[in-house]
Amino acid sequence: MGARVLMEGSQALAEAAVQAGCRFYAGYPITPSTEILEYMSVRLPQVNGVCMNAESEIEAIGMVWGAAGCGVRAMTASTGQGISLMQESFAELANAQIPVVVVNMCRGQGDYFQSTRGGGHGDYRFIVLSPSSAQEAADLTMQAFDVAEKWRNPVMIMGDFLLSHTSELVEFHPHDEQGLGPKAWATTGAKGRKAITLSPLGPSEKLSTNVASALANVIGKHPDIKKHEVRVDTGFVDDAELVVVAFGFPGRFVKYAVRLAREQGLRVGYIRPISLWPFPSAAVVQAAAHAKAFAVFELNAGQMIEDVQLAVRGSTPVVAIGGISHDHSGFGVGPLLNVEYILQRIHDVYPRKGSTT
Amino acid sequence: MSSGLSTQNPGLQKVFDKPDLLLTTQHSLCPGCGEPVALRTILELIQEMALRDRTICVCGIGCYTAFPGIIDIDVQQALHGRAPSVATGVKRVLPDAFVFTLQGDGDMVSEGLQEVIHTAARGEQVTAVLLNNGVFGETGGHMTTTSVLGQHTKTSVGGRSVEKHGHPIKISELIASLDGVAYVARGAMHTPAAIKWTKQCLRDAFQSQLDGKGFSLVEILTMCPTDWFVPPEAGPEWLEKNLQPTYPLRVIKAT
Repeated sequence: MGARVLMEGSQALAEAAVQAGCRFYAGYPITPSTEILEYMSVRLPQVNGVCMNAESEIEAIGMVWGAAGCGVRAMTASTGQGISLMQESFAELANAQIPVVVVNMCRGQGDYFQSTRGGGHGDYRFIVLSPSSAQEAADLTMQAFDVAEKWRNPVMIMGDFLLSHTSELVEFHPHDEQGLGPKAWATTGAKGRKAITLSPLGPSEKLSTNVASALANVIGKHPDIKKHEVRVDTGFVDDAELVVVAFGFPGRFVKYAVRLAREQGLRVGYIRPISLWPFPSAAVVQAAAHAKAFAVFELNAGQMIEDVQLAVRGSTPVVAIGGISHDHSGFGVGPLLNVEYILQRIHDVYPRKGSTT
Repeated sequence: MSSGLSTQNPGLQKVFDKPDLLLTTQHSLCPGCGEPVALRTILELIQEMALRDRTICVCGIGCYTAFPGIIDIDVQQALHGRAPSVATGVKRVLPDAFVFTLQGDGDMVSEGLQEVIHTAARGEQVTAVLLNNGVFGETGGHMTTTSVLGQHTKTSVGGRSVEKHGHPIKISELIASLDGVAYVARGAMHTPAAIKWTKQCLRDAFQSQLDGKGFSLVEILTMCPTDWFVPPEAGPEWLEKNLQPTYPLRVIKAT
């Protein structure tokens, strides 16, 4: 067992990336993701890696595109606004099947749609992982590089202000830095082999015009990803009358509130999606077999609630108990992030005989 | 050419062929276009300088996006305007690679101006090749920021005017003013002499990258008779009369 280190979530995430073999980072400062850039600018040169002060988010993702296209593990981070600027590249990185890792340290959780649906064009998908602690951020970041390479599909880590800025004890588990083996798709100069094109527009083979087949490969893997990359944390669901669904750092507040509710005699459980895409619909469906209601706590106007509703397909009522929760800086750490408040909301919507939620 | 006249005929000597790095003579560009001539010139040089095995081309979006699939070198296809940043990522992780970008004027000077300026100022060890025909060719003849004053396009009908459209950007002069830039030249593809001279400029730019001197740019004026609305054979003269006064052929910076 390795030593446990006290680190901010953003630092833990960055260190995990380096230990997972990330050797290229490009970023543009923006709260609350800046600490990742700070950390990488010091850390990457120590391992002969490269950290670039990109002049915009658009250039940051372009640089990461180029490096990752050469087979080097590469990452960028930003927050929702900067992530918005990167969307065109996101869509086409997925089409080019370049396995970048992107971190969004959100303000609040307003970027759920942006992360899981994407603001870019076309039929692309990002695999989205949502840690609720510094430890989980480190673990998921290490996995993210493997997952991205395995599927040749970008992976996004969706964090938030509290995750980024809260110091916690973290242990780094040894990671194979060699990646998953040779990357025949990477541009390295065509010494001793046929030249290739790494493109979002069509096939890598020269003189091939089979565009349809190339794009079919891009979307053809979505069902398999849905099958294999679901991650979810559940508790007290088996006999729950009410199931609360929450993700990310606020998911920890909800878990605590659910335990308190249990002590008060309410049959409440929780589902904390860790993978936001693919969404853990099966866990929701399973709980819906006996739960009388679902409550969704998220720090936005109601985004993930749509995925819960899609999963239950009208069989069970789903109510929102979160909302937009802004501090004076607008970073999404506001009055709603309060266990007493969440507990009260659980009592408010708890299904009782003769009542409808 | 590789097809056509038989070279088996006694008395005939083959004096001209496609470059080995060009996988086919078939392409989808218009008759009279200057871009395939520029491509041939670049490929000849890569062959002559024995750079094929360590070359990575980063290609932008325009008519020349037809090239990656027909050339025997590794290519990363970038988005419109983004090639300099992608090339930065490539070169930073593969410092021994020879990296060049291929962009049109719409790609580099209109959409991607910020990227090329920052990449040049950082002194990235890459060579940017700009194919400048003063028009959005692929969309069918629309004004770019390098369209010259008086140039008729579908979106500057009757001619580009200062009052309505402002002035064209002379990107080579702009880039040459930046520290971190080792070499800048402007050539053209409209006459054999210009092609030969431009090839030397490209050679010098490539060599400056190999010598680690910094960022290099070769702007190449290319014919686009289709979107200049002239017959293919009139392209070279149109280029000389209309583009060259604004964009003189010269070495702007050499270090």
